[in-house]
Amino acid sequence: MDWGTILSNTLTAFIGVEAVVYALAAIGLNVHFGYTGLLNFGQAGFLAVAAFGLATSVATFGLPFWVGIGVGVLAAIVLALLLGAPTLRLRADYLAIVTIAAAEIIRLVLRSVTFKDTFGGSDGISAFADDFYALNPFPEGSYEFGPISIRNENQMWVLTVGWVLVLLCCLVVWALMRSPWGRVLKAIREDEDAARSLGKNVFSFKMQSLVLGGVLGCFGGFIFAIANQSAQPDNYSTELTFFAYTVLILGGAARVFGPVIGSMIFWALLAFTDNFLNGLINAGYISGDILNNTQVGQVRFMLVGLALMLLMIYRPQGIFGDKRELAIDAR
Amino acid sequence: MPAEATTTTGDPVVPGSRREAALRALADVPQEPGSKKPDPIVIVDDMVRRFGGLTAVDVRHVEIQRGAITALIGPNGAGKSTFFNQLTGFDQPDSGEWSLNGRSLKGAKPYQVARRGMVRTFQLTKALSKLTVIQNMLLGATGQKGESMLAGMFAPLWRGQENANTDRADELLARFKLDAKREDFAGSLSGGQRKLLEMARALMVQPELVMLDEPMAGVNPALTQSLLGHVKALREEGMTVLFVEHDMDMVRDISDWVIVMAQGAIIAEGPPHSIMANQTVIDAYLGSHHDEPLAPEDESARIAEDEAADGRGVLDAESGQTEDQP
Repeated sequence: MDWGTILSNTLTAFIGVEAVVYALAAIGLNVHFGYTGLLNFGQAGFLAVAAFGLATSVATFGLPFWVGIGVGVLAAIVLALLLGAPTLRLRADYLAIVTIAAAEIIRLVLRSVTFKDTFGGSDGISAFADDFYALNPFPEGSYEFGPISIRNENQMWVLTVGWVLVLLCCLVVWALMRSPWGRVLKAIREDEDAARSLGKNVFSFKMQSLVLGGVLGCFGGFIFAIANQSAQPDNYSTELTFFAYTVLILGGAARVFGPVIGSMIFWALLAFTDNFLNGLINAGYISGDILNNTQVGQVRFMLVGLALMLLMIYRPQGIFGDKRELAIDAR
Repeated sequence: MPAEATTTTGDPVVPGSRREAALRALADVPQEPGSKKPDPIVIVDDMVRRFGGLTAVDVRHVEIQRGAITALIGPNGAGKSTFFNQLTGFDQPDSGEWSLNGRSLKGAKPYQVARRGMVRTFQLTKALSKLTVIQNMLLGATGQKGESMLAGMFAPLWRGQENANTDRADELLARFKLDAKREDFAGSLSGGQRKLLEMARALMVQPELVMLDEPMAGVNPALTQSLLGHVKALREEGMTVLFVEHDMDMVRDISDWVIVMAQGAIIAEGPPHSIMANQTVIDAYLGSHHDEPLAPEDESARIAEDEAADGRGVLDAESGQTEDQP
């Protein structure tokens, strides 16, 4: 078994593009679910409209890259308003139903044959981020930081921008959640009637939260699309949302760095189990009759699921959560 | 008890106090449903709320005197809480007009009602469990600059106001003897402390009219006196109080005026001592076969008798917990 490779791959996944994308998606979800108590099950939709807002603007309509970014952010804001207007006055579960359906509708429209000329059908759109890579200050070559190895200068550039974005988003969340604005969101999470009785316009605050979380999440969609120079509709399925929730709960909801650490650990754990199991099979420790290399991709999710179950049993508040908060259940 | 007929409480009426002013203002008000008050803060006309075939609220006319403590009582299911919800915007009646300080409240959302100066508490206390006591308090402050998303990101824009609000919150916490719990999660407080917190938090809004929905429900007797004191203090500070309560001792002790509801309608009004002796009220509560007023000593014995007789406690504070909830 090559422990060096396993360690290197694990640590590389720790700071990899997936970790960035899911951290951003989960930071947005944290604003929705962790702080405001909004059950948004359609976070994938926000990433999808951002990715395709960018990709379509540039590749289909020939607009400049930065206009594409603007279109993507605008699409996320419009999506939040559309989802929120009918549902935020209703009970929490209606938002969950509407968002999960809306995200699927978006994905199916994007991959539909009817709009193949615009969105590229199920193949999606590629090659739209040249302007972004043109700004790359890193010289050509691969980059090594101890056991972490980054394939080339483009990946280095994406990761740098990605992690700066993650830190900026965390800064925004931190600044807002210590402010009176954040306090109202938390009050709405606890009991919206109490917030109403104290003169807070609950609907407006929920809408602001939905828009903010959607916009933070949509940066994940940009990074996802830019890193691969491709936007594929099926990358934005419900699985993305559920992974983002996993990441959020793993790290600890309603904590600024919870989603970031959660995302890093989640992807490192997946990379580790993948590499470790393959290593065991290749070295003959596990017989091919029991498990072969192609099955590892599925089995690693089972193992990570098991690890998450153990976490929920022994540390239900997540890695960063505050147990005091969890112990109280007044209702 | 002959003393009941002359004074409403054991406390002497202090000359020059707001209580004396309220009692004097209400002295000449006719003791009948829908009577006109000298200085009403709230006026309600023809408010009707139906749930399917059931008419929960059908109030022709009622006025709430400014600066007084008014109790709203009535048997279970009389529509008190529904009426309360309608006044505060949490439920919209099918028809009717109602106003605060002469301005119509029709169609106003709960947050708009609160901003206009009418703040309520809840029958089942709504302490925000996972916020600390001081955060609960600060939430009540109105007109906060930091509650705008953009300004919220930049602390210097709201820090000054926040500090001023914190000072005010600390004063209120000290007054309600919650200052030792300042940094605790509200969810860790006892039931009575939560009631106190909810009342203190409502005061952060700086209301003109405080609406208390069963302030005594579920409160440890040790805290009762302190809560009563706080309610009386609200009046002395110039606020108007309207409260729903099942606890007759409390009603007798602190209210200047009592409004009685039964089956959605106002059936009687008057000062507490006359209401307790009012035949209509006794009939509404106990059924018409009871023909004498209850002295407080007899009350619990009577309730026990009643419970034994028809299997339910009519005046029982606890049983009011769920039945009035919409």
